[in-house]
Amino acid sequence: MSTTAVAPTTGVNYLNAQYGIRSWLLTTDHKRIALLYLGSVTFFFLIGGAAAVLMRLHLIEPQGALLEPATYNKMFSMHGIIMVFFFLIPSIPAVMGNFLVPMMVGARDLAFPRLNLLSWYVYIVGGLFTLYAVVAGGVDTGWTFYTPLSTTYANGNVMAAALGVFITGFSSILTGLNFVVTIHKMRAPGLTWFRLPLFLWAIYATSIIMILGTPVLAITLLLVALERTFHVGIFDPALGGDPILFQHLFWFYSHPAVYIMILPSMGVVSELVTCFSRKRIFGYSFVAFSSVAIAVISFLVWGHHMFVSGQSVYAGLVFSALSFAVAIPSAIKVFNWTATLYKGSVSYQAPMLYALGFIGLFTMGGLTGLFLASLATDIHLHDTYFVIAHFHYIMVGGALMGYLGGLHFWWPKMTGRLYPDGWARFSALVIFIGFNLTFFPQYILGYLGMPRRYAVYPEEFQVLNVMSSAGASILAVGYLIPLVYFIWSIRYGPPAGPNPWGAKGLEWETPSPPPTENFEEVPVVEEEAYAYGEKEAHVV
Amino acid sequence: MWFGFPLRPEQASTIAQGIDHLYYFLTAMDLFFTGIIFLTIFYFAIRYRRRKKDETPAQIEGSLPLEVAWTAIPLVLVVVTFVWSSSLFIRNARPPTAATEVFVIGKQWMWQLQHPEGVREIDELHVPLGRPIKLTMTSEDVIHDFFIPAFRVKKDVVPGQYSTLWFQATKPGSYHFFCGQYCGVSHALMRGEVIVMQPQDYERWLSGSKKAGTMADAGARLYEQYACITCHGTGKGPPFVNLYGSQVKLQDGSTVVADDAYLRESILVPSAKIVAGYEPIMPTFKGQLSEEQILQILAYIKSLGAAERKAGQE
Amino acid sequence: MSEVRSAALAEQFEDLDQQHEASSLGMWVFLATEIMFFGGLFAGYSVYRGLYFPGFDAGSALLNVKVGALNTALLLCSSLTMALGVRAATLGKRRELATFLVLTILLGLTFVGIKLGVEWHHDYLEHLAPGINFAYEGPNARAVELFFVFYFFMTGVHALHMVVGVSILAVLLWMTFRGRFGPERYNPVEMAGLYWHFVDIIWIFLYPLLYLIGAHH
Repeated sequence: MSTTAVAPTTGVNYLNAQYGIRSWLLTTDHKRIALLYLGSVTFFFLIGGAAAVLMRLHLIEPQGALLEPATYNKMFSMHGIIMVFFFLIPSIPAVMGNFLVPMMVGARDLAFPRLNLLSWYVYIVGGLFTLYAVVAGGVDTGWTFYTPLSTTYANGNVMAAALGVFITGFSSILTGLNFVVTIHKMRAPGLTWFRLPLFLWAIYATSIIMILGTPVLAITLLLVALERTFHVGIFDPALGGDPILFQHLFWFYSHPAVYIMILPSMGVVSELVTCFSRKRIFGYSFVAFSSVAIAVISFLVWGHHMFVSGQSVYAGLVFSALSFAVAIPSAIKVFNWTATLYKGSVSYQAPMLYALGFIGLFTMGGLTGLFLASLATDIHLHDTYFVIAHFHYIMVGGALMGYLGGLHFWWPKMTGRLYPDGWARFSALVIFIGFNLTFFPQYILGYLGMPRRYAVYPEEFQVLNVMSSAGASILAVGYLIPLVYFIWSIRYGPPAGPNPWGAKGLEWETPSPPPTENFEEVPVVEEEAYAYGEKEAHVV
Repeated sequence: MWFGFPLRPEQASTIAQGIDHLYYFLTAMDLFFTGIIFLTIFYFAIRYRRRKKDETPAQIEGSLPLEVAWTAIPLVLVVVTFVWSSSLFIRNARPPTAATEVFVIGKQWMWQLQHPEGVREIDELHVPLGRPIKLTMTSEDVIHDFFIPAFRVKKDVVPGQYSTLWFQATKPGSYHFFCGQYCGVSHALMRGEVIVMQPQDYERWLSGSKKAGTMADAGARLYEQYACITCHGTGKGPPFVNLYGSQVKLQDGSTVVADDAYLRESILVPSAKIVAGYEPIMPTFKGQLSEEQILQILAYIKSLGAAERKAGQE
Repeated sequence: MSEVRSAALAEQFEDLDQQHEASSLGMWVFLATEIMFFGGLFAGYSVYRGLYFPGFDAGSALLNVKVGALNTALLLCSSLTMALGVRAATLGKRRELATFLVLTILLGLTFVGIKLGVEWHHDYLEHLAPGINFAYEGPNARAVELFFVFYFFMTGVHALHMVVGVSILAVLLWMTFRGRFGPERYNPVEMAGLYWHFVDIIWIFLYPLLYLIGAHH
């Protein structure tokens, strides 16, 4: 680490450069926009989480303990819509990506700062539409908006919710566009592609998916709105449409969207594993290209959501083979992270615990994906709790663990404060245990045949459901602990110093919190990423 | 069963065991790799824990042989799984030719099941042991999905289309079936029981149940009632005898197989495919015939003889 | 910063070259999302065209090929004037730039005028607007309706893009009069030009897809 050109933390930084609401709402500083996003995604996470808690409580009894079936349906729809579109998709890209992309490439800001602010407002407007849909009676189509249920039969506020998702899509398009241009055109002198931190490779791959996938979802939702408003048959067979076409269009975006959620987490984990074992990443180019490979393949596997929809056998075979192919780059990543620990200097600070938790849970989630890529077993497992367990292992065990790990890692940089490491490690442990207790039983439930989205269920499934609900309550506590100590640390946390972890990377060359312009001088990069070997090697 | 705690549903169909074997293989593979990753991480994390605050470990760039190994091994494993799974899937997808056909109509939020002999059931399906049963299914409103965990079978039930599913039960008993595709408010209540009976019990049950005449008889009545007979019985329209499953020549020179989907389309959208040599004079029966009545007419047409070609294939 | 920063240079960039490259890459990336947006529509259209060809054929026959051709010609001309405008901007010829911008705007407006005022109006009077007054009698009424759903939606989204384009050109025109462009700074004109050409190209695909299916009688 270089302590040479670092100003003391008491100096002017991006947080205290200006005061007042206006200075936040009209800011074009990528770091402030990152914090705006942090606040908003946390808000949506709490709403989506509350819905999940209610659902799990309800399912303690086979007849349903808490809610009317109609209310339960609204709960899981809201949980899905909010968690997917308003938490997971923006979480790492919009919070950490916004904060870190310019700093990691050594720039003063993103290429289009005003567009960046616009993307946050677009996100908020989309969020308001969705919240309106929830408050004004709810939506009960599930987050997938399957037709003709959504276009003809559902009574809820489908239009408002679909519009909310449609609008928010443009926010991720703008964010992705900004990242792609910034990574291409604004890298500091000497920062070649193969010197980039792997977080940027992951963010780059994610941005490509956002740019190319989101518009297809947008047009699909517009068509749904058109059909619902004018009763013209685009997807409803009673009016001459084809309901399966909707599924093709929807999953063409929504399967790649899964990788929008997991790829950034993979990037975060690459940063954490190297820092806390003081090792260069094992097989840099393999990890980097596997991100790109995942992004490319992600566009070719959507049909595996339709193995039982009556799709032709040949289409099924092709989609199955391509879905199996995703396993290869994912496996490469996991093996390389593990190998990075070899002969390292491993410390167990909180971010590292989250990263190791990620590797374990992602491995389990990824491997169970094979059951669903495989045609014969997917016939039985499709639309059961097995699917729920699988994608929660990826989305919560994977994406969310990575998000929390990253937040713990860069929190000192963002706020200039340290949080209590003991509590943070404790919460990582609680989350890991609670998570497994919640979702592992769901694998078994799924194989036993319990369908998803059931407000009531046959009695023989009760024991496993109760286990899952018990786990959910532990998990909920696990998520609340960080919320408390993070807020505490803003006021009472000890000052962090520029580089509390001894990490490599341009963002650690700045004071914490960084000044508005990030770097006083444009940095010149003279070493590979993760050069932990050269002790005091630093960037001039 | 595992200490009296079920880890898999009952195996009650001819295909269940094959699926379970693949499932066990995948589970073993999962446990193996998860075990390796967990143990290696634990071992490395403890063996190479940080001992001094400022130690700098030797740097390792990577290793090409290792990369090749952990690309190739998973690749081989997924190829094996893919081949195994796909061949099983293809084998399971094809219904035996001699299957008894049962018609299924899904609607919000109930299942209506219709035996060829005319017995109609709601949310309950009686089937004989050891005989292949083919379900021909459609929906009156949204997409549903017919799922029998004990048989390891599932298929979406899509409005405006026929989908098929087949099974052969191997164990008498009562097994759940569910709607697998979320279909609105009472989705979770859209379930029922398959009751597998010894063939002689089944025959007794069948003869003891109230019948509205066979499906084909009902179709024959509709054939007269809707005056189909005035054209299709006089040569003004194509005749129905030996029509099902045959190759039909169309006006534009192409040919189609007269399967369920074709017949259904010809009833609802007669102008879509005009048979060569006939005038496009047939009116549409959309809105006049229910899904059930269309199925009855199909049963009637099938009862008039079917061409040699196996119909209803994918 | 030792050297003096140009007023045209935004603070996050190092030099004008970087700024120029960034904004044109940004534009291209944006156009990629636009292609995917229209791509979804084209995919849906193609599926139904394959399923219900006779109906789509019949629907297409109800459109006026000649008016469509006139509109195509107008748009192609507007692409030419736009390209000349960009050239004028790079050369710093303000008067010429203003002239070509005005011409492009006029051509664009005429296109939208014909599209909405003549074609859509006519279709509406013929009771061909699905969901509003659709009343087509014939063997493939449902399919014809579906064709018109796609027709109105695709041409509508395209017309919306035209309106956005015209508005952007209007702003550029105003900026030209204020003397904001010179040989140093013509980036916005170039970007708007890219967008304008893109919207034209979309029409080049829409016209045969919608108007020229099968034979017209």
